[in-house]
Amino acid sequence: MDELKLSEIKKEINKDRRAFIKNVLNGTIAGSLLMVIPAGAMEFSEQIPGMKEETGLFIEKKKFAYVVDITRCIGCGSCCVADKSEFKVPDGHYRTWVERYIIDDHDNVYVDAPNGGLDGYTEPREDVPNPVRDTFFVPKLCNMCEKPSCAQVCPVGATFKTKDGFILVDHKRCVGCSYCVQACPYSARFIHPETKTADKCTWCYHRIRKGLLPACVSVCPVHARKFGDLNDKKSEVYKLLREPHVISVLKPYMGNKPALHYLGLRREVV
Amino acid sequence: MKGLAETATAVAGYAFPNDFHVHWSLMIVLYPYITGIVAGAFFVSSLYYVFHWQRFKPVARFSLLFTLAFLACATLPLLNHLGHPERNFNMLLTPSPSSAMAGFGYIYALFGAMLTMQILFIYRKVLVEQKNQATGIMKIIYTILSMGSDNIGSKALALDQKVISFLSAVGLPVVCILSGYVGFLFGGIKANPLWTTPLMPVIFLLSGTISGFSGIIVFYLIIKRSKVDMDCLRGCIKFLWGFFILAFSFEMLEIGMHAYQSTHHWDALHELFWGPLYQSFWVYQVGVLSIIPFFILMGLNLVRLPDIMVKFFGFIASLMILCQVLFMRWNVVIGGQLMSKSEQGAVFFHPEWIEKEGIVPAIIIMILPIVILFVLSRVFPFWLPAESSTNSS
Repeated sequence: MDELKLSEIKKEINKDRRAFIKNVLNGTIAGSLLMVIPAGAMEFSEQIPGMKEETGLFIEKKKFAYVVDITRCIGCGSCCVADKSEFKVPDGHYRTWVERYIIDDHDNVYVDAPNGGLDGYTEPREDVPNPVRDTFFVPKLCNMCEKPSCAQVCPVGATFKTKDGFILVDHKRCVGCSYCVQACPYSARFIHPETKTADKCTWCYHRIRKGLLPACVSVCPVHARKFGDLNDKKSEVYKLLREPHVISVLKPYMGNKPALHYLGLRREVV
Repeated sequence: MKGLAETATAVAGYAFPNDFHVHWSLMIVLYPYITGIVAGAFFVSSLYYVFHWQRFKPVARFSLLFTLAFLACATLPLLNHLGHPERNFNMLLTPSPSSAMAGFGYIYALFGAMLTMQILFIYRKVLVEQKNQATGIMKIIYTILSMGSDNIGSKALALDQKVISFLSAVGLPVVCILSGYVGFLFGGIKANPLWTTPLMPVIFLLSGTISGFSGIIVFYLIIKRSKVDMDCLRGCIKFLWGFFILAFSFEMLEIGMHAYQSTHHWDALHELFWGPLYQSFWVYQVGVLSIIPFFILMGLNLVRLPDIMVKFFGFIASLMILCQVLFMRWNVVIGGQLMSKSEQGAVFFHPEWIEKEGIVPAIIIMILPIVILFVLSRVFPFWLPAESSTNSS
């Protein structure tokens, strides 16, 4: 009886070994193929699950959302560096920035964002006289509003909302009147000093169309910035927005209905 | 950020990083200022052409030419401000229907066409007479301006009068929309607590009215000097006082409303009015340039003063009100941008003298209407020597 069992176990182990070797070989062949066929193969990494390169005019059947987890952000500034590098953002202008909030034990709120947080918050603030009760960082970027004020006021339709929900700027049409800059409640826009046209964060629309995450999301070392498809019920953003978290948007009274959400948003945040 | 003229010079509190730039600077201060003068000057002409007040006849035609001269320059600050002025016609050719700004070109063009037609009909008889005396290039110009018609018979002139009355009557609401609409451009920006008030178009229209009346009084006194029609001047001063009371009251009511409501915006607005705007608003706009002209105008209207004093003080009060409205435009346009949308801080801003949207280009743009007015006077005489107060224009 025991001998029979032993032989069955050996048989099973041998079967697993064969399967293991088979899998290793398959993986090696696939890996080797990826190494010898570099033409864009690495780009189809599907950083956004289910999202492959989009060749059509708009991304179909997706509803994207961006979630910033304030409880995770450490204010390292990596996102700002990635953004500046991705878009060659001119000095003194910001497509994204990170604010530092400090609340003392007298409930005074101190906010700053030197150089938009680009250099990271490596030094503590020296001008807070009372003991600090709490401190946190708040990354800011375009809110991709469902009812965008910027697109509403643009006199020539250069700022427009795509069918897949992105607010973009056509630099070849923009007249540079700055009306959109005035209308954005979040000060996410600026006039590019070289192109003389309106500019702002696009959530890296060019990357998303290839199935890649926005640059700032992909570099965040603590996963404070999250991006995904709300139509994908397995996506993290879907779960976060469905589950009972403390989650809100900036300036909800403006009625712009942002697609940018904040996890753990504090009432002190402006 | 160095080298950018629109960059704020100092910051108090926390301002969003992109709010360090004052994108709408002097040019956008001048735009509503000039548009307001246009509306006010047209109102002066309407007192005669629409409401048939004979006492305003001496300045009626001049007011129309004054309106045209300023209207011709109303778009210059806008064009100078645009990052891509060469694309400005896109606003007319492919406008976005949801944008308040996209409508300006149409309203401007409509009013411009109506005003030009009104002036040409009013001057048709004069132009035909000038054409008959002129030679060379001037003859061609007069032929074009008189619309190719030499008929100045009583029937034709009576028809002209009907056209003039119609254009004046329709022009009045159009110019109200033109000036009020500029206020709407600001009032419609909900992101800015200083601008977003339904009172904004009313305030812009009223302040525009007083700047137009003041402009007419100042230039009428400068051009005519001792030959000023005192009855007309006193009438203008009376209207100026009345409209000034309305304009100033609404300006103060708006601040009072913000303070009384004390919404979450008030802290930021309070910081703004008692911070970067303290001097330009409380000291200049309210203190020096509103209180003093108010008492001067009250004295001129309630006390029977000698003509020379009416001329002198009327001139001073009008000049001060012209400055008051300019300060009001500055405080609204620039002031609204000095308060960061973080509502936690304010920035300070001083314009440069020589740069694209600096003080020197602003002065040039404000001198241009006067140059245009001078050129217009060569073709369209402001005052005709043979004209008596009983004749119809």
